[in-house]
Amino acid sequence: MRHLLILIAKHAARVLSITLVGGFLALALTRLAPGVDEREMDFRLSDESRAAIRQSHEAERNVFRFYWSWLQGAVHGDLGISQALNRPVSELLSERLPVTARLLGWGLLTGWVLGLGLAAPLAFLQSRTYDLGASTMAALFLCLPAAVLALLFVLWRAPAPLALGLLVFPKVFRYARTLLLQSAALPHVLTARAKGLGNIRILFWHYLPPAAGQWLALVAISITLALSAAVPVEVVCDLPGIGQLAWKAALARDLYLLVCLTGIVTFTTVVAKSAADLVGETLRPAA
Amino acid sequence: MIWIKNIAKALLAAVFLASLFAGYLAPAPYAKQFREEPDAAPSRQHWLGTDDLGRDRFSRVLYGTRISLFLAPAAALLAAVLAGVLGGAAGYLGGWVERGLMAGADLVLSLPWLFLLLAARALIPLNVPPIESVAITFLILGCLGWAAGARVVCAGTDGLRNSDFALQARALGCSEARLLWRHVAPNLRPILMAQFWISVPVFILAEANLGVLGLGVSEPLPSWGSLLRELEGLTAISGKPWVFVPLLLLVASVTSFQVLLVDQEVPS
Repeated sequence: MRHLLILIAKHAARVLSITLVGGFLALALTRLAPGVDEREMDFRLSDESRAAIRQSHEAERNVFRFYWSWLQGAVHGDLGISQALNRPVSELLSERLPVTARLLGWGLLTGWVLGLGLAAPLAFLQSRTYDLGASTMAALFLCLPAAVLALLFVLWRAPAPLALGLLVFPKVFRYARTLLLQSAALPHVLTARAKGLGNIRILFWHYLPPAAGQWLALVAISITLALSAAVPVEVVCDLPGIGQLAWKAALARDLYLLVCLTGIVTFTTVVAKSAADLVGETLRPAA
Repeated sequence: MIWIKNIAKALLAAVFLASLFAGYLAPAPYAKQFREEPDAAPSRQHWLGTDDLGRDRFSRVLYGTRISLFLAPAAALLAAVLAGVLGGAAGYLGGWVERGLMAGADLVLSLPWLFLLLAARALIPLNVPPIESVAITFLILGCLGWAAGARVVCAGTDGLRNSDFALQARALGCSEARLLWRHVAPNLRPILMAQFWISVPVFILAEANLGVLGLGVSEPLPSWGSLLRELEGLTAISGKPWVFVPLLLLVASVTSFQVLLVDQEVPS
């Protein structure tokens, strides 16, 4: 129990430190980014307004102080105001996070069902033709840019989560294929087969448990992949999620909104990876 | 498998050569407008028709291929050099240098690739001249693509530093600089070469994604990414299969790279 608590504390510290350092670096880079706030030169605004904008930038000059005040606000749910959309960032996020979460959920499910569905028969079929066919199909989707696949899906009026699933599936298939083929050569699997155990039983009792850590790592990798692919899918399919928001923020150079989004995405991926590592480490002695 | 690899090599060579000699093969400059023939169908004069601004699509595909196919290796080279320097330093020096650099690599690898590119691209003004946009796009790709390679190089250098031949060289009085330059660096070359070749298709796809999202190479310079933006006019492209030529070319080239990379997989 004590060992588990130490592990959890270690991973929590890692998540916190990566998120905080990442957030700080992103914020520091926005301060170093070339270009000025165009509002400072907008002569439709009054002198007082422009002076106020300039003064607010002066206050942000000390990155450490600004980051500290931003963190204090963030703890209380105040993530600042989006310059481009002129709305509170927390409000934008609460509107858009459920859209992205739904897309990711369905996309990951589709990707895993397709990837595992294609890879699982490889554990039992000694067919080179099947392996070549399945690998070629996965390779084909791996060679398509995510944005183009999303465009084709809009053209064919197909559901966006399927596009995301097809972008995730090749990686899942490749890793799953390697893991299953490695497991197939293990002595205990050969013994189980020689004793006449059924394929399904061998898959669930002898293939999956010893490689639980690696499967969990694959889950974490697929979440990162899906988050990356969600940006073009949401933009092209016009889904109002955080991927589309990030794209809008990038086009409008709304750097603070981008910093918030980067922080959230970093936090999500680091938590997913740490959770996978943690469960994998916990399961290791039992396996 | 050898015949598939030969086909991939031939295809890549043909595409490279065609783009290299774009100046001779293209019937018109990539930015020249034929204002009386916008959105024209393929003809003897315009093999792939013209785009909605009246520019010869075949010429733009040739020049766009040159930009995408030549600058992706340039970005991959930059990424490999950075991975070699940073990963090598981390693996060779060890201690806090290794911990710091690998924490940086962890941070970069924690972020989804496209998200990272989007954030990095937004840091630089978007309204820059076309040539600068090309340089910025591929510099960003090169500068952000080092992390995975650095981890592999770090592990490789760590192994080499503690190897028997390194110990023997030290015992014979070989200086650390000579050991690094004459014994460790040459052994890292295969790892770096593999990293370079793995990065090329990844960067081609990343440029295409950025281009479709409007954050890549800016007009009037063509690249595969900017050419693929034409697919956004969904109603306009129906019944025009020639518009898909850049996509086919991109998929064929990336597939060829993947086929040639089958034996180049690097342990991560």
